[in-house]
Amino acid sequence: MNRIQKIFQDRTEKVIPFLTAGYPSKKDTVQMILASEKSGAAMVELGMPFSDPLADGPIIQAASQKAIENGVNIGWILELVTEIRRESEIPLALMGYINPIINYGIEKFIHDCKLAGVDGLIIPDLPPEEADELLQVANDAGICIILLVAPNTGNERIREISNLAGSLIYCVAILGITGETGANRGELRQYLKRVEENSECPFVVGFGVKERADVVEINRMAHGAVVGSAIIEQLQNSSEPVNVINDYIRKLTKGTE
Amino acid sequence: MVYKQPDNSGHFDKFGGKYVPETLIPAINELESLYKEALNDDVFQTELSQLRTDYSGRPTPLYYANRISDELGFNVFLKREDLNHTGAHKINNALGQILLAKRMGKTRIIAETGAGMHGVATATVAAQFGLKCIIYMGKEDIRRQKLNVFKMNLLGAEVRPVSSGSKTLKDATNEAIRDWVTNVENTYYLIGSVVGPHPYPSMVRDFQSVIGEETKKQFAESQQQVANSQELPDVLIACVGGGSNAMGIFYPFLNDTVRLVGVEAAGHGVDTDAHAATMTKGEFGVLHGSASYLLQTGDGQVKLPHSISAGLDYPGVGPEHSYLKSSERVEYVSATDDEAIEAFQWLSEKEGILPALESSHALSLLKQRDNNIQKDENVIICLSGRGDKDVHTVAEYLGKKF
Repeated sequence: MNRIQKIFQDRTEKVIPFLTAGYPSKKDTVQMILASEKSGAAMVELGMPFSDPLADGPIIQAASQKAIENGVNIGWILELVTEIRRESEIPLALMGYINPIINYGIEKFIHDCKLAGVDGLIIPDLPPEEADELLQVANDAGICIILLVAPNTGNERIREISNLAGSLIYCVAILGITGETGANRGELRQYLKRVEENSECPFVVGFGVKERADVVEINRMAHGAVVGSAIIEQLQNSSEPVNVINDYIRKLTKGTE
Repeated sequence: MVYKQPDNSGHFDKFGGKYVPETLIPAINELESLYKEALNDDVFQTELSQLRTDYSGRPTPLYYANRISDELGFNVFLKREDLNHTGAHKINNALGQILLAKRMGKTRIIAETGAGMHGVATATVAAQFGLKCIIYMGKEDIRRQKLNVFKMNLLGAEVRPVSSGSKTLKDATNEAIRDWVTNVENTYYLIGSVVGPHPYPSMVRDFQSVIGEETKKQFAESQQQVANSQELPDVLIACVGGGSNAMGIFYPFLNDTVRLVGVEAAGHGVDTDAHAATMTKGEFGVLHGSASYLLQTGDGQVKLPHSISAGLDYPGVGPEHSYLKSSERVEYVSATDDEAIEAFQWLSEKEGILPALESSHALSLLKQRDNNIQKDENVIICLSGRGDKDVHTVAEYLGKKF
């Protein structure tokens, strides 16, 4: 059982911040992840930047672009994970698009993720139809492939996807890209009820999650809340990103600063 | 063996597929089944065929280019896709897809465009069918193709400038996909080339293969009064950006003994950093929903391409072209900006036809010394579009003002 599987054994409230690796600068990322943990984050989703992030809105696009300019690549991200693992056992999922992974080599990537201490992968442009190879290699290595479902995913497909993923799935809250307005509460409730009834594994919810109130509400309906663009937005123009993370995640987890 | 691609999952061997966010899976699956139905539906096919004839002016002529044939020592025929309504082959695909959009009950059409020809074609059919139309276009392309931007506005479309990344076709496509993910319930994405997730590459190819079907028939007819006549041409040449005009003319000839050559944009040269020669310099990767060759860095980031021709200024290529390259059925070569401009001027002066800069890349192969074309061979060029839209670019390149 890896770190992700372990924490989802209990249905406690979970906040999962998304950080773009190497944004705003390479030197702060390790401290930002450790600060997330101290402020109560249950798990961290670490973005691997890509030049053409087609599921992301302008905020994460800009962060990815900056990270690429900062020289971030998969090799550097895996070194970063290795460094974090010297100090922390917080579950870590990498989020990225499939092209840089193919370029790195799928088998080598999974192998190196395992060595570094990565627990899961979220790949928004890899639906189950194209995920055979990655699923097999990752399963063998004990790394969770966190497949996605959307509000327009049918019940039977939710079952199939959750079966393939096995450990955890990611529910996109809205039809849309990251950084948009959150879902209509009523619709979200119905959608997550469908997921609850059909999913064979725990599920977290992201897209449009910004505040403590969102976190509380989503954790009532799901197994965790992912907060992405709202955090990245806080980091724009900040000279003290570690403090920003401390304060913001504390707000999300405890409702206090 | 009879050519039959893609397989049921939309793969051309390792190329193609549907690498899209989950939100789009229901939409592309619906499109796939609807398209399969339409293929065998007489009502659909009759309506499409009538639109091609009455609205677009098909069949387009296959023109024997007398003066350049004399100069070159082999027979050059031009498949005049430039004579279509809206001035390029793009309308063939736009007409097919708008009929599908109508069947799906979508009220809003979105598209990406590079040179603007696909944008104009889409705005045209959207106007014809009374549907709301939004065109995504890179800021750099808007600068290069002002005429087409104005045309789209006249046709009632909204042109949304895209200023991310290279500000060209690649980024316009990203934005169109983001719009589609957000508005998937009422919106049809009318992709302009043989790219994107399955079923787009094969569907767009099918809509464009009217080019090759007509060409085959017209060439055979042209041979009726000729001594040493032959049923099939020796060589077919087409430019390749995403590759829809090339797939359209090649596809009906894939089972024949005909040499097929795709010409991509070498920009300032394939050994510089400024080109769009995906087949020559690209590596296997995934962009815009399918696996294909892709211009990318050692870290797997997509490289910014360059071509003087906005329609070829794209770092990817349709997955079927990648398959046809790896299976060695089609040869892929390249032409530089310089060579394309030279061919543009040459055809204008010699035949009285201003070719699109995209098509000029295909034409330029006729003059390249190592093109392997033999004396008296019959060569067909797909003249994919007309060059009116490019006169500003050509003038700028030649340092002339008007």
